[in-house]
Amino acid sequence: MTVIEARGLRKAFGTTIALDGIDLRVEEGRILGVIGPNGAGKTTALNAIVGLTPYHGELRVLGRDPWTERDQLMRDVCFITDVAVLPRWIRVSQALDYVAGVHPRFDRAKAEGFLAKTNIRSTIKVRELSKGMVAQLHLAVVMAIDAKLLVLDEPTLGLDILYRKRFYDSLLNDYFDGKRTIVVTTHQVEEMQNVLTDVMFIDRGRIVLNCSMEEFESRFLEVTAHPEQVAAARALKPIHERQVFGRSILLFDRVDRNQLTEFGDVRTPTIADLFVAVMDNQSIPSQASAQGTYQGAAR
Amino acid sequence: MNTPMNTSSNVMPESSVASQVIAHVPATRRMYWSIRRELWEYRAIYVAPLAAAAIFLFGFLIALPHHMHGVKTLDQAHEALDTPYELAAGLIMGTAFIVGIFYSLDALYGERRDRSILFWKSLPVSDLTTVLSKLTIPLIILPLLSFAIAVATQFVMLLLSSVALLGSGQNIGALWARMSFFHMSLMLLYHIATVHGLWYAPLYGWLLLVSAWAPRAPFIWAFLPPFVIWGLEKIVFQTSHFLAMLQYRLTGPEPSSAAAPHGTVMEIISALTLAQFLTTPGLWIGLIIAAAFLFAAVRLRRYRGPI
Repeated sequence: MTVIEARGLRKAFGTTIALDGIDLRVEEGRILGVIGPNGAGKTTALNAIVGLTPYHGELRVLGRDPWTERDQLMRDVCFITDVAVLPRWIRVSQALDYVAGVHPRFDRAKAEGFLAKTNIRSTIKVRELSKGMVAQLHLAVVMAIDAKLLVLDEPTLGLDILYRKRFYDSLLNDYFDGKRTIVVTTHQVEEMQNVLTDVMFIDRGRIVLNCSMEEFESRFLEVTAHPEQVAAARALKPIHERQVFGRSILLFDRVDRNQLTEFGDVRTPTIADLFVAVMDNQSIPSQASAQGTYQGAAR
Repeated sequence: MNTPMNTSSNVMPESSVASQVIAHVPATRRMYWSIRRELWEYRAIYVAPLAAAAIFLFGFLIALPHHMHGVKTLDQAHEALDTPYELAAGLIMGTAFIVGIFYSLDALYGERRDRSILFWKSLPVSDLTTVLSKLTIPLIILPLLSFAIAVATQFVMLLLSSVALLGSGQNIGALWARMSFFHMSLMLLYHIATVHGLWYAPLYGWLLLVSAWAPRAPFIWAFLPPFVIWGLEKIVFQTSHFLAMLQYRLTGPEPSSAAAPHGTVMEIISALTLAQFLTTPGLWIGLIIAAAFLFAAVRLRRYRGPI
């Protein structure tokens, strides 16, 4: 089942173009990481998907138009945009009461089960909780909602590494069941790498890379080249080259692994490495897209 | 709502089965919880009128011996007591009115300021339900609440003065008959329903609209435009129709001059019959304007995010 389908999604704020014609298709059961520099349009794209912002172009989420049908859509979609958006005056028990009162798919007992594992007491007010605990509370509420799609926009921004790790661990262990779909943006790319099933890079309102993690792992290889082999390796047209401790690290797209092993140590790059490579070298995306390898069509 | 299965907090592939039997939440239930949410957030809605009542009763208790002193006849007792009763109702309803104004100005602004709108919008509650739930506070909840508190306060006052009268050896049965407590309460309810519930609707509609729109300082945005319009009209046309219109809206429809009695506020209000009130064009024009303001507020909330 297709959960999100976008065609020519556009959005401009005055003269600034936030989304410049995005085509996107997210199937059921995927965990898609949307990665891009600040101001690339990630948040705008996610806001359009959850009905927070109007847009031009075609967009269907679970078959609905998010802008005009937000309230119906929210029965099957849940989102966390930004940390600590829970109202500060609310008590934990009141938050659970309210969501249980208005949401047909909220399982209160489950939320209480998640909270029992934390230090959050039900009588306490949100303003008395630390930022990390507010994030835990919000996640507990969201995970107790039996939603088909969960959208997370920087859900762990400003949290320390312990909270971030717990956040993604519980998301994977207690929530994801292979049927739900998750779309997440984050700057802490490394922490998400083994969580994602798909990755998408956005820059200046355009998709510059969109592929599954299996494809990512089979396509991209990084070689720490022996100094005498660098010239030979360069002949295979790496998409990026960087220097670490005086050694050249070259990043290749769709080059045979056996061919590369003779140049030096070969490994799969991290998403962060590839992201830096793509962003560093702006000629690469357009050149690559001309070959049809970087665009959304890749999947 | 809460599925009894799956109480264990762990992995739940079986929960998809549960989701299929989960019922639909009726609109009335969403409205009920949305209103309860407002009462959690703005405790002044009930604390302020209660505090006004408590302060008034305290003052009444102190002044009671003074009032009762020298009261020889029942007529004198009536006069001594009549004014405080109206004052009590006036004070409590006035407090509720002020709370209603500040509440309405903050209702759709506060959720944007503290960014919690991002949480509320992640739940299956429409902008219409949200705005209507916020409208019921000044239009229905506050008037009914202040009515209940005012009647309770007046009843306590009646008991207190009865005790005082009993002490001075008067017949309290006559006092109770004279006060016609039930009639008084009924008049108060009528006043609340017509004036606070219906006549002031465009006022609250305007405040909610400003609250939904204002980029900051909703108070200024709510009160500055009327002031500017009044000033412009005065300078350009040398007239004050706009001011007169506002005054008319605030003071309410007046009974025809022939029937206008000279008496207490309650008596003037009661002179305006329901038929007279319902045939006042100002009422219906006001309600249409209120509906337009609310429609705009609902639309605006859809576009609005955190500030």
